[in-house]
Amino acid sequence: MSEKSETNRTLRYGYDVVVIGAGGAGLRAAIEARQQGKRTAVISKSLFGKAHTVMAEGGAAAALGNVNDADSWQVHFRDTLRGGKFMNDPRMAELHAKEAPERILELERWGALFDRTADGRISQRNFGGHEYPRLAHVGDRTGLELIRTLQQRVVQLQQADAAELGDPEAMLRVFAETTVTDLLLDRGGPDGPRISGAAGYTRATGEPVVFEAPAVVLATGGIGKSFKVTSNSWEYTGDGHALALRAGATLLNMEFVQFHPTGMVWPPSVKGILVTESVRGDGGVLRNSEGERFMFRYVPEVFAAQYAETEEEADGWYTDPAGHRRPPELLPRDEVARAINNEVKEGRGSPHGGVFLDIASRLPAEEVMRRLPSMHHQFKELADVDITAEPMEVGPTCHYVMGGVEVDADTCAALVPGLFAAGEVAGGMHGSNRLGGNSLSDLLVFGRRSGLGAAAYLDGLGGDRPAVDPDDEAAALARLSAPLERETGEGPYALHQELQQTMNDLVGIIRRGPEIEQALEALDKLADRVASVRAEGGRAYNPGWHLALDLPNMLLVSEVIARAALERTESRGGHTRDDHPGMSAEWRKVNLVASLTGSGGARLRRQPLQAPRPDLLELFEREELAKYLTEEELPSGGPADTPLKEER
Amino acid sequence: MSAKRTFRVWRGGGDGDLAQYEVEVNEGEVVLDVLHRLQATQAPDLAVRWNCKAGKCGSCSMEINGRPRLSCMTRMNTFAPNETVTVTPMRTFPVIRDLVCDVSYNYAKAREIPSFTPPEDAGPEGYRMAQEDVQRSQEFRKCIECFLCNNVCHVIRDHEENKEHFSGPRFLMRVAELEMHPEDTADRRMIAQDEFGLGYCNITKCCTEVCPEGIKITDNALIPLKERVAGRRYDPVVWLGSKIGLRGRDADTPRVPNTRPNDGGPPLP
Amino acid sequence: MTSTLPPPEAAGWKRARIAQRTLRTDRWWSGPVWTVLGLTAFLVYGLARALQQDHYWVAEYHYLTPFYSPCLAGQCFEEAAVFGRLPWDFPWFLPFAAVSLPFLLLFRLTCYYYRKAYYRAFWQSPTACAVREPHGRYTGETRFPLILQNLHRYFFYIALAISLLNTYDALIALFHGENGGFGIGVGNLVLLANVVLLWCYTLSCHSCRHVVGGRLRSFSRSPARYRMWTAVSKLNTRHMLFAWVTLASLVLTDLYVALVAGGVLTDLRLLN
Repeated sequence: MSEKSETNRTLRYGYDVVVIGAGGAGLRAAIEARQQGKRTAVISKSLFGKAHTVMAEGGAAAALGNVNDADSWQVHFRDTLRGGKFMNDPRMAELHAKEAPERILELERWGALFDRTADGRISQRNFGGHEYPRLAHVGDRTGLELIRTLQQRVVQLQQADAAELGDPEAMLRVFAETTVTDLLLDRGGPDGPRISGAAGYTRATGEPVVFEAPAVVLATGGIGKSFKVTSNSWEYTGDGHALALRAGATLLNMEFVQFHPTGMVWPPSVKGILVTESVRGDGGVLRNSEGERFMFRYVPEVFAAQYAETEEEADGWYTDPAGHRRPPELLPRDEVARAINNEVKEGRGSPHGGVFLDIASRLPAEEVMRRLPSMHHQFKELADVDITAEPMEVGPTCHYVMGGVEVDADTCAALVPGLFAAGEVAGGMHGSNRLGGNSLSDLLVFGRRSGLGAAAYLDGLGGDRPAVDPDDEAAALARLSAPLERETGEGPYALHQELQQTMNDLVGIIRRGPEIEQALEALDKLADRVASVRAEGGRAYNPGWHLALDLPNMLLVSEVIARAALERTESRGGHTRDDHPGMSAEWRKVNLVASLTGSGGARLRRQPLQAPRPDLLELFEREELAKYLTEEELPSGGPADTPLKEER
Repeated sequence: MSAKRTFRVWRGGGDGDLAQYEVEVNEGEVVLDVLHRLQATQAPDLAVRWNCKAGKCGSCSMEINGRPRLSCMTRMNTFAPNETVTVTPMRTFPVIRDLVCDVSYNYAKAREIPSFTPPEDAGPEGYRMAQEDVQRSQEFRKCIECFLCNNVCHVIRDHEENKEHFSGPRFLMRVAELEMHPEDTADRRMIAQDEFGLGYCNITKCCTEVCPEGIKITDNALIPLKERVAGRRYDPVVWLGSKIGLRGRDADTPRVPNTRPNDGGPPLP
Repeated sequence: MTSTLPPPEAAGWKRARIAQRTLRTDRWWSGPVWTVLGLTAFLVYGLARALQQDHYWVAEYHYLTPFYSPCLAGQCFEEAAVFGRLPWDFPWFLPFAAVSLPFLLLFRLTCYYYRKAYYRAFWQSPTACAVREPHGRYTGETRFPLILQNLHRYFFYIALAISLLNTYDALIALFHGENGGFGIGVGNLVLLANVVLLWCYTLSCHSCRHVVGGRLRSFSRSPARYRMWTAVSKLNTRHMLFAWVTLASLVLTDLYVALVAGGVLTDLRLLN
């Protein structure tokens, strides 16, 4: 094959804004940038509309108050902070809670069709950690609706450009199946290095591609493919995290990795695939092999006031939420995941190493079919299990990373000028643990804000546009071809499996200091082997090559996770240290910020995290705050039990 | 429990061929798992498009023993124990390599359809729509865009020349979805027939047969759309009524301009 | 070294060149074969009976086969002719029910289910899913004559009227018992069952579904029509079933009447 000759050609494009990632956040960012009049490119590793966002099932949290009008942004904010154990960036949580309702209504104006209430408004469902029914949803395929709506909005904008400018791609173009492997910098900027573009390759032909752009929005999602058991698709290789680090930006609190409590555990080929939390929201209960509804034993003290103590009380909640406390199955995800992990460890697991999630005995078959059609479909097709007749087997699966690129809350700007991040790749919003339903609203709120931020940055540049450094570009393109040109070296598949196994076993849901150290050693050894990974075959649609190029990203992100996990000697949200089981108010004040070392590794820095503003602290009772904050941080003298302000 | 199975897999581009592999298969696996094992053990550069592996993204469309399917939703235990499994790319679209097709035809067709057109005066409060008003279109929005329906449709599968004039079941269903949207104000009935080729559809229902989401494409989208088109265009009473002025003139929405090769849009693959 | 053209889309990819008509390994041809046999059998039987011009009327119990309703020819039995008789005799090639049979045929010929069935089985377009069709060109229902399929809803309206007539035939027979007045024999049950099934087929029609409510954008503003649409939609999911069952029931009903009229069978009376 004459494939080597194709490297002679590099595709070059110039844009105002390049958005990397075409999931919810990326599309929302691109839509906003285009609406602000910027020429925008969206780059997607997959086809347009296939992003991992489609896997989100439960819904998008927004305090619309359609089902219970006691809901408000303040209550949503409070729930978010409780879920994140006060590690959230308070400004982000505030913006998120305030703007989510408008973002949802906006989707409806773009053609989304959410499920309705009896009076014709958007219906909202209960979900773990949310005080009121809050998740706007479409059956159990809300993520698909969100992606499709944003996809169709992109098309609508392209149609407007086709009519006005004669070319649908004049202002907004989607580069499907294109991977970015490096961000390009202009090192001669007035305030140090700044973004000047991105380089990568098209998957179909393997051709190198260079985008010249002053502003880049990272919206690449998460890191789940560093773990063996994960609900994430192959795209979740931590590209954005690694790109940001290598461009000089920083990552925040990467130790916080959410393990969703309910992933499928059987058959082995689908291990990790998500079983939506709605199963529990709609009445499903968790039982161990002895038939015990074990979650009652795992309600932690900080949540004791809000959760039921008996089955009777819990069951009453589904029909009369005002008169009953919530069932403990609806505790935040970290609590449920740890509980399941413990049941299995103590020998009360199901045959395939999970626990039982039972909806069959709780709802009539037709009702299960109506509320959870895609879950029924998924189990029927993949596991040959009829969930209307038998319980599911479920166990924890790596689902989401709360940590991510350190950004400014209002503009989503990272530390490097011209770089923005939104969605899962950005850090801070969810603290140490994300509530279900908050990711879809996060995508919309901060996707839009990153688009606005990028547009404002461009306006500020005036005529001073950054230039691509030719050495940078040449180095990036050389890195691309390297795995194909090596005559020796290991293949990428086995290396990837080894990396996943290491992270799963040693930096998984329950962590111990010595094991993390062991992981770091293993990662260090893997680094040398990954550096000489070899991909067989040519450049045209070669998955082995693609994986070989993704591996360094996964490795770097894994190292950051392990380092941060070793550093934080407490247990909180998505970070559980067996050797430091308590939650420490001192550690709450500490953000762990990772940056790149000269040798390509990662180092950590401690950075203070401020407590929320006094007016936001007033939303909580002093007694509750005392569980999270140090004595000095607690509001002094003020009325400790100010009732919640209802402002709608 | 594992066993060796014989797989014949399409390798190469349009002029490629079937290559035979003996590969291990374990209990509970689907065809995509086996293809992944081939990648990891025998064919590291075997091109397969996939994402979610749970039947929700519609990426891994291919033809397995001649039937258009999602490979992640085709369990190995649906084959006889010694059956050879033949895997080819979708036949209607050009092959990029191995099992991966260029599906840009579909994205070009999506762009021709006038988007959701809400009333100008929509308030900030959100629409009031009853569940029964949205449920028809909701069924169509379950579509995961695997494009198996467009792949199986004989109108373009067996007649490449029809691609220009026919949008395929996926996008005729999109037209139906918008026409049934309670807040939409456009009227796409004329262009459904003239531009998107509804008349080519002879309702032989293969789209419905292959839909992995179980959407009743023919009965619930295409036939109702045909009926709507008949009402606008082939109904002699309606025609007479508009001729003698008993009916107002219909405001037909045109196709989006500059979205086709012949009116300045990008070329069709 | 670098260039911006051509774009990556123009890579010259082609469809997979697979010589076989299909790689399907199941018995994909069996469905079309059964369809051909079933439809042909019905058409042959129907044609033979329509041209027979005899054994369509059991005067004693007032049984009229649906194949001869309305009986219009001059040679019809007077009592069998609901709308009276035309003043001339029909030649051998004209069925006595010449005013209804063509429309019933057209109703079924333009029916969305039958279209699928005969396009696949007779026209081979396509024979089965993912099986290459043997035609060089395909224009579907875009031009004459197949564009006339769009008139289905008018044939539906006519079929509705004919269903009413068949219902009348079946009901009136109930009042012609052995000793006059109300009576029920097996023949009555056969006629009634056939009529019920005909209604199921006619009302489950896709055009009917459109007309009763499907054409609306908003259901919540027309609750009564929404209820009708819901009911018709439920029937509609079984349209194919009714299409076949009514072919069988028409043949059986007609055969029963023919056999009783021809004296081969005696109608078993259950009541009077």
